[in-house]
Amino acid sequence: MGKVVLKLGADISTDDIYPGRYMATVLPTETPQYCFFDRTEFNAKLRAKEIPDGSVIVAEHNFGCGSSREQAVSTLKGYNPLIVAKSISRIFLQNSINLGLNIIICPTIVAELGHEVEVQGGKVVNKTTGTSFAIEALPAARQAIIDAGGLIPYTRKRVMAGA
Amino acid sequence: MGMTVVEKILARAAGLPSVKAGDVVEPRVDLAMSHENAALVMNQFQEVYEGTGREAKPWDASKIAIILDHRVPAESPKTATNQKKIRGFVVKHNIAKFHDVRGDQGGICHQILPENGYVRPGAVIVGTDSHTTSHGALGAFSFGIGATEMASVWALGAAVNVEVPATIKVVVSGKFGKHVEPKDLILHLIGKLTAQGANFRVIEFHGETIRNMSTSGRLVLCNMSVEAGATSGIVPADAETERYLRDEAGVKDKLNPVQPDADAVYERVVEIDVSKLAPQIACPHTVDNVKPVTEVAGKRVQQIVIGSCTNGRLDDLATAANILRGKKVADGTRMLVFPASWRIYLQAMEKGYVKDFVTAGAVVMNPGCGPCLGVHQGALGDDEVALATTNRNFKGRMGNPKSEVHLCSPAVAAASAITGVITDPRQGAN
Ligand code: SF4
Repeated sequence: MGKVVLKLGADISTDDIYPGRYMATVLPTETPQYCFFDRTEFNAKLRAKEIPDGSVIVAEHNFGCGSSREQAVSTLKGYNPLIVAKSISRIFLQNSINLGLNIIICPTIVAELGHEVEVQGGKVVNKTTGTSFAIEALPAARQAIIDAGGLIPYTRKRVMAGA
Repeated sequence: MGMTVVEKILARAAGLPSVKAGDVVEPRVDLAMSHENAALVMNQFQEVYEGTGREAKPWDASKIAIILDHRVPAESPKTATNQKKIRGFVVKHNIAKFHDVRGDQGGICHQILPENGYVRPGAVIVGTDSHTTSHGALGAFSFGIGATEMASVWALGAAVNVEVPATIKVVVSGKFGKHVEPKDLILHLIGKLTAQGANFRVIEFHGETIRNMSTSGRLVLCNMSVEAGATSGIVPADAETERYLRDEAGVKDKLNPVQPDADAVYERVVEIDVSKLAPQIACPHTVDNVKPVTEVAGKRVQQIVIGSCTNGRLDDLATAANILRGKKVADGTRMLVFPASWRIYLQAMEKGYVKDFVTAGAVVMNPGCGPCLGVHQGALGDDEVALATTNRNFKGRMGNPKSEVHLCSPAVAAASAITGVITDPRQGAN
């Protein structure tokens, strides 16, 4: 269970999540400092470690639209949030699965800042309002990457199997 | 059941008799493109082999392309060091399709690939850049992926877990009016579809207007298809595709163009007549915030940018030069021109466009991504307004979240440079 710490509108771009001017920084160990960098207050809280692991970010449709930059995923991963979005842009969704970012498509989600939210068997439950919302399942084939713990271990296995 | 172009390409690449939208397949990859983010791909690629006792070696170095374009020449020691590491990798693995920061080979990846003949109809192309959609202009299925996924492609030679996208068919008819261009068409379409309207889908372009359009124009359409969320844009290959590949890209070998079946299944069909289309503009801060230029005409502009992988080609520079020739960029307005490749730069010099730009007061920059992504050239000041022929106007895109970026065609940009305010080129300075 986690608290909603950030509530976002539609079409949140990768430039918003990770500004292009920090793209020379690539390593997942170094990218978290620039997370939502131009949302100065939120970024400051993240860096001050005031946002506990498992905190929830709620977004409207088309979260993560724009560039393929993987920094936009690794920067978030640095803080282990749960992201609940009404829909997610294709490349961002795939990058999230590949890197193991906890992200969920929930087309009907209603949750406000400070609400307690939890994932329970195929549903997102808003504990504060007592309402639950269905999660949109990923295609089964994608699950294989999640089950392997991300695309790197998945590919490693395939390499070892010689295929 | 009939197949769309992308379904046919994916069926072949996955070794299946047929596929349909929603299937998950594993296509072999014909070309794997990266730019500076190859530095991250290399890191992830190494990790794949961690603890396996095997050497990290790409599946087929001849199918990897690396183009340094995003921050060239390097803006910081960090970028320079990344670029240095990439050069080391290129030498170690003998990657021939490498384009360094050099006048005789460099430019933006989405121009370098087509102009060097690396893109073929029917091919599966992946790139660690969202505008990899561009190469659909030559009838390839070409889409953007992340760096870790590219590491997986380098290891396996295939893209794993690719969902066959549904296809939106866009049929375009009519003749463009004066000063109306493919850029106006794609902005109009994105406004219509919205920024997420084509998410997980392919846009297949048809109709007489597309058949009469140059490859350069088709690249504009496919480049920006991703701004409606599309996995790719695609123009089925035709005589123009062959002309471009033979005459401009020097391709000699046999081509294998792919056409859709007559009974292909489309998710929806969108029809557009461009004969009445006016010049369009995408206002801040989303690309689907599209209006006719007339609605925002008169707004002051501090920076005009002509270039990028969207509109930095020779015909774009010709359009702008023809409007600017003998005139001056307005006081209080800066104009930056960055051609999409050095080949185009040289052609623009031969045609006299570079002289036209410089004497008008524009700054002609080296080919590369430059101001488009706001890293090291042409950043905006607080509250400044830019008008650019690039493809994204997200908040902060040109390096400053307190500024505004508007997107338009080269004609609108050039006409506005002369007046210093957003100007409809049909009434403006020409
Ligand atoms: S010019 Fe802009 S959109 Fe094109 S590849 Fe470079 S940064 Fe991306």
